[in-house]
Amino acid sequence: MGTMEEQTREELEQFCFGNETAFEALFRRHQRAVYGWILRIVRDPGTAEDLTIETFFRIHRAHARFDPARGFEPWARRIATHAALDWMRAQRPETAMADEFFAAVPSPPASDPALTAEIRRAVVLALGRLPPKLRIAASLAVVEERPYKEVASALGITKAAVKLRVFRAMRRLRTDLEQQGIRP
Amino acid sequence: MNNQGTANREQGTESMENLLRRAIPRLEDDPVPPHDLWPAMQARLKSDPQLTTRLRAVPWFDWALVAGLAVFAIAFPAAVPMLLYYL
Repeated sequence: MGTMEEQTREELEQFCFGNETAFEALFRRHQRAVYGWILRIVRDPGTAEDLTIETFFRIHRAHARFDPARGFEPWARRIATHAALDWMRAQRPETAMADEFFAAVPSPPASDPALTAEIRRAVVLALGRLPPKLRIAASLAVVEERPYKEVASALGITKAAVKLRVFRAMRRLRTDLEQQGIRP
Repeated sequence: MNNQGTANREQGTESMENLLRRAIPRLEDDPVPPHDLWPAMQARLKSDPQLTTRLRAVPWFDWALVAGLAVFAIAFPAAVPMLLYYL
């Protein structure tokens, strides 16, 4: 057990010095977690793949700034979240979260079969129209039910700020849906 | 009265959160990339845009000056020491 921990610490220290073998080992160990995190935000497997590469590219470039004492995964998650945020900002709101994206991702069926496809589509598109910062907070904290603390760390803000973003996101969604004649 | 307003607001947020969860089911616990992403990562590292950006950042007339000096050095090699003396 101790040997494994020592090996990991050694690997992280080597990565800080720009060692390519250590970077490859970190990539192989964390690519799955980073991909999964990004997929939760963008909901499109192809985009999640591209953004995973972009995240590790940024990680590679920033190796000298990494502090091994603070852990690799939270750092990688924060970089991944910002890569996803940059991608969202570059998209047109309507195309960034079309409901085809949701259909493409394997997920359990909706808990309420009575929910019509029309309402589902309206909710998805309304979520897509939210500003990226609010959309990420709502996707991670509400849809994916990730702990506020984890979302706060990934966004680099406080827990209270995440709660505020979620509240503002819900208020905007409600207004958007009400304008379409849907009462949540 | 104020408490009632807060309660209504919280209820409104909660019902919206419920609708969002019903419309968009959460992903399975551990989504896996469809294939190993390391080859794509290697390709990305090889085509580091930073390097090409740095090269592109040099203005064209600097490249023209370097090319001119190279041609001059090849055509008149005897003049190189004199050129270096004046630099």
